[in-house]
Amino acid sequence: MLSLQILVSGIAQGCIYGLIALGFVLIYKATETVSFAQGELMMLGAFAGLGLTTAFGLPFWLALPVVVVAMAGFGIATERVAIRPVLGQPAFSIVMLTIGLAYMARGAITMVPAIGTDTHPLAVPYKGEVLRLGGMSFAAEHLVVIGATALLCLGLYLMFSRSRIGIAMQAGSQNQLAAYYMGIPVQRLNGLAWVLAAAVAAVAGLLLAPITFVHANMDFIGLKAFPAAVVGGFGSLPGAIVGGLLVGVVEAFAGFYLPEGLKDVAAYVVVLVMLILKPNGLFGEKSLKKSDRALHLQDRLRPGHRPGQARRPPLLVWRLARCAS
Amino acid sequence: MLVALLSAPWWLGPYGLTQLSFVLIYSIVGLGLMLLAGYTGLFSIGHAAFLGVGAYVEAKLSALGWPFPASAAAALLSAGAGVVVGLPALRIKGIYLGIATLAFGVIVEEVLARWESMTGGNAGMPVSTLQAFGWKADTGPAFYFVCLLCCVLSSLGVLNLLRSPIGRAFVAIRDSEISAQSMGIRLAQYKTLAFALSAALAGLGGALYAHQIRFLSPDQFSITQSIDLLLLVVIGGLGSAHGAFLGAVFLIAMPQAISAAKDLLPAAVAQAPGLQAFVYGAVLVAFVLFEPLGPYGRWVKVRTWLQLFPFYRRGMFTRQKSFQKSERVR
Repeated sequence: MLSLQILVSGIAQGCIYGLIALGFVLIYKATETVSFAQGELMMLGAFAGLGLTTAFGLPFWLALPVVVVAMAGFGIATERVAIRPVLGQPAFSIVMLTIGLAYMARGAITMVPAIGTDTHPLAVPYKGEVLRLGGMSFAAEHLVVIGATALLCLGLYLMFSRSRIGIAMQAGSQNQLAAYYMGIPVQRLNGLAWVLAAAVAAVAGLLLAPITFVHANMDFIGLKAFPAAVVGGFGSLPGAIVGGLLVGVVEAFAGFYLPEGLKDVAAYVVVLVMLILKPNGLFGEKSLKKSDRALHLQDRLRPGHRPGQARRPPLLVWRLARCAS
Repeated sequence: MLVALLSAPWWLGPYGLTQLSFVLIYSIVGLGLMLLAGYTGLFSIGHAAFLGVGAYVEAKLSALGWPFPASAAAALLSAGAGVVVGLPALRIKGIYLGIATLAFGVIVEEVLARWESMTGGNAGMPVSTLQAFGWKADTGPAFYFVCLLCCVLSSLGVLNLLRSPIGRAFVAIRDSEISAQSMGIRLAQYKTLAFALSAALAGLGGALYAHQIRFLSPDQFSITQSIDLLLLVVIGGLGSAHGAFLGAVFLIAMPQAISAAKDLLPAAVAQAPGLQAFVYGAVLVAFVLFEPLGPYGRWVKVRTWLQLFPFYRRGMFTRQKSFQKSERVR
């Protein structure tokens, strides 16, 4: 009974992680860069929703599409102004660029007087309602999160498997150059990936807001979505959702059954274990560069012979690390 | 330069001297991270953890009355932690390594907060003054000279290391792991070594940091600190030892500059708590977009322009774009 309720709240939290992780993966697949600003996009979305519902008095269901469209616009603007000029540079500088953008977003929000530094409740129509089912009670906020995530995933799945744009995006993520030669506007699709990522993050922010309140430190959820993306395998969209669910559920149970403090690190413990056991993640594909593949072939032809590694140090730990693969 | 640094206690006030000591401490840590991120191409989003390990070990040891040179133990222990983190680095690359170090950083911070019998938990832990064999660095200048000595020694060490075969191997690994491997460089050993050295420098910096700040609490070694350290090396310019120093100067001088600028700004902006984060972010974005090599890179360009005066061409420093994706085979 109780564990089922914990499971539901864990799944709801996991859906949020999964949605943000989805943004990471979308951007990663399209542009080969990792965006550290995803949590901030979510925070901006939540604040935009807050502003629309309180300052302009829009009802929640009307504010939702407005926020999503606005964040999508913000996403494409970011891609155009900041990301596109540095594509192709070392991944590290792009990561730092997104960290800089994240700092700017957080700084800008906290600079808004009277709003940025406080926590606010977001008024949603389903706030505080409870669904009772056979002696168990589930908060409506959690169920809405789960339902909305399922719908969003279905929509994205249909888009990527059926529509021309989705298939073109898949092609671009498999081989950018070849897709470009085929007449696919790769750069515009990269912008679209940012649009999708920002929109999904905005939805996540609006879904999360009734559960945790709106505040400037919401973006730390983004740091927990990284483990989710890695657990699922960084290049896989379903993996992101599954990884998010796994991390959310583990966290919920750790928070209930294990001593205090383990809840916060549970996600990171999971990801460390995952990286040691299965570095490609649950759904990760083996993407080898040509030269890697050459090494692999060489390995298969003459097992054990690899230049530079002819004599491995007889280190126990090293052996352990190797045999885990 | 050296004269200016040696005579600093006489022409700087006590406040300036404290700030300068901080710059030196952060330079040591920055050198460590530069060795790892700038030269070996492995980046760590959990470097504050090594800083924390060094700081807490030193605090414990000096509470037990060990002399300062024993803080080598702090550095060594950090290096040990570095090896532990470095082990997964043998198998994972790029962003995965970043996540692994991030996870390590978060876990270490949590351990520091929860292991109350050892670290004092969130309540914090006071640190005694630096002392060695009956001599105490209880005045500002004395401590400053200790920092200066450590900084000079570690930068000489790093610069010499980079000229040695080991340093060349690091650079080779950064530029291409596969070619490095083909040249007979053992990736496993060198990557672990890079992690260990980098963590040791961070540990040394942490030991000095503990004595400088005199009071430790886990939130000083959080993810924000790790990101600040990354900011340091990126703004300083990845892949140049000078960058560590310039970055440290930036990291320490920036809050001062911002608080100085607050008087000139309208009150609504100046009082906002997010101003510092915003400026940090903006500077970081500007450097990545316009001068990825940092201020030192700009200086190199100016120097080249002067040396080659009429023959300088604009394209000399444009970097070739490389996309991994287009050559990815599936």
